[in-house]
Amino acid sequence: MLKYALRRLAMMIPSIAGIVMITFILTRILPGDPALMITGEQALPEFVNKVREEYGFNQPLYIQLWDYIKQLFRGDLGFAWHTGHSVVSDFVSRFPATLELTLASMLVALIIAIPLGIAAASRQNSIFDHIARVLSFIGSSVPIFWLGLLLITLFYSKLGWLPAPIGRISGDLNPPTHITGLYVLDSLLSWDMAALKSSLQHLILPAVCMSMGTMAIVTKMIRASMLEVIRQDFMRTAKSKGLSHRAVIYRHGLINSLIPSLTVIGLQFGALLGGAVITETIFVWPGIGNYVTESILSADYAPIQAMTLISAVLYGFINLIVELLYGVLDPRVRYE
Amino acid sequence: MRKITAKKLLLVGLIIVLAWVILALVAPWIAPFGPDEIRTEDKLQSPNMVHWFGTDNFGRDIFSRILYGARVTIWTGMVAIGIASVVGIPLGAIAGYFGGKTGNFIMRIMDILLAFPSLILAMALAASIGPGLFGALLAVGIVAIPEFARLMYGQTVVIKEKEFIEASKALGVRQSAIIFQHILPNALAPVVVQITLGLGSAVLITSSLSFLGLGVKPPTAEWGAMISYGRDYIISGEWWMTVFPGAAIATTIFGFILLGDGLRDVLDPHRQSSRHK
Repeated sequence: MLKYALRRLAMMIPSIAGIVMITFILTRILPGDPALMITGEQALPEFVNKVREEYGFNQPLYIQLWDYIKQLFRGDLGFAWHTGHSVVSDFVSRFPATLELTLASMLVALIIAIPLGIAAASRQNSIFDHIARVLSFIGSSVPIFWLGLLLITLFYSKLGWLPAPIGRISGDLNPPTHITGLYVLDSLLSWDMAALKSSLQHLILPAVCMSMGTMAIVTKMIRASMLEVIRQDFMRTAKSKGLSHRAVIYRHGLINSLIPSLTVIGLQFGALLGGAVITETIFVWPGIGNYVTESILSADYAPIQAMTLISAVLYGFINLIVELLYGVLDPRVRYE
Repeated sequence: MRKITAKKLLLVGLIIVLAWVILALVAPWIAPFGPDEIRTEDKLQSPNMVHWFGTDNFGRDIFSRILYGARVTIWTGMVAIGIASVVGIPLGAIAGYFGGKTGNFIMRIMDILLAFPSLILAMALAASIGPGLFGALLAVGIVAIPEFARLMYGQTVVIKEKEFIEASKALGVRQSAIIFQHILPNALAPVVVQITLGLGSAVLITSSLSFLGLGVKPPTAEWGAMISYGRDYIISGEWWMTVFPGAAIATTIFGFILLGDGLRDVLDPHRQSSRHK
């Protein structure tokens, strides 16, 4: 398995090279003069030229590409002039926010999708099956920016149950002591109940909003694969040897129906970054998604390049992890 | 039984999609107001007998803007998916038919494009091409190319091994004729399904781009952009500015999904969607 993993990693190198090329080409055809964007429209021409030289914008494209590759090998993802920091430091400071949101939305999605998918499969055409159908409609057809705004209208404007949907914690509270960067976890670890309450209240709506797509797909997958597994001989054997319905479904059925769902869950993890762009923009969540939107709207090369690169590479790694997990869940899977 | 349910869903999808297409076509005749008609004295009215869906912050009639918005949305979706299929289908067919280095090269590029989250790629592309409707539809089209190429590749690899293709080769039919007159028509069913489902995602991505400020320019009536204007008013309670355009997007996408899923079940009985198992 280790050999297979290493070979797959080696196979990712040409793909990563392709991804680097595409992101480079993409960001260099952005409209507008980047030097002018950095200095501002009113800057003196000499100053604009100086910036152009300093950043290498006056060099031919292939030299810019070569410089970019050298820079990547040094672990330098460039400088985001719209924030005034290096992309790496922006990424490090914003990543925990996105990770917290992604994990929370994955958790919400799975907590609902797995039992619902199983219930819908084991009791076809019951209320659970209908709920699964409605959810599948919402997840596949409702745009998350609309869903997010509806949730805000209902839970903040109309019912007043949740605080203003801005950021990760109320403005009048200090964020919890930095341990992991995940506010919910940090406030638990430092036993800061006020911070815990506020960060949970801020997390719930964006997490629910972002979880919808995943929830719908995973419910559909679990339901479909469970329906197939239920008809297998070993399930009948498990039932006839006197196991409870629960044990049959969860111990024998669920594990076997998880494999096809696992691919989808893995792919969804990658897709969540795309979802984060919209969700974070609506809820003013200070993460990577919001950063991508800000960078694109201010035509800032380096962060766009870095984030598209990171998201595509991350996607490749997630796929690899999923493939390796198959073997853990199903010992019959062999890696060649 | 299964067939009947599939047909029913197909019919519902077809009705929804057709309804939006007809509304888009007749918008200038049935819309009570012009899409950009500003009446400041009527601004921010909740739904009433004159303005069925209320008015926005400029006093523009939301119902009329939604009708005109259907034109933008459906047109953008069709052009974008048109671009994607015109480029993606021949690429996939060529890669599948010739295989070897050319095929491998084409498909690796498609794989790389598929590695990007589609919205992020579309955003980067739309920003590169420049904000506006043209940039958005080109971006949405490019993002959808790999899906078509991959589908056509898979189909071609299977069909080219069939006997009738071998027979055409033996008869000396030109390779381009084999690809476009023999292989393509036989792969049409899944392609039609992909076009329908692709239209749904094109509507979603275009409206997302407009919502983020990368799609159409104001004052064009476009559903995603309308929701974006309404965003500043939800806190103060003017829900109609976001609710109605959002419902329009959701029903359109839903229609395309039902139509696509239904077509798949009817056209390709071997590949049932999981819903009807």
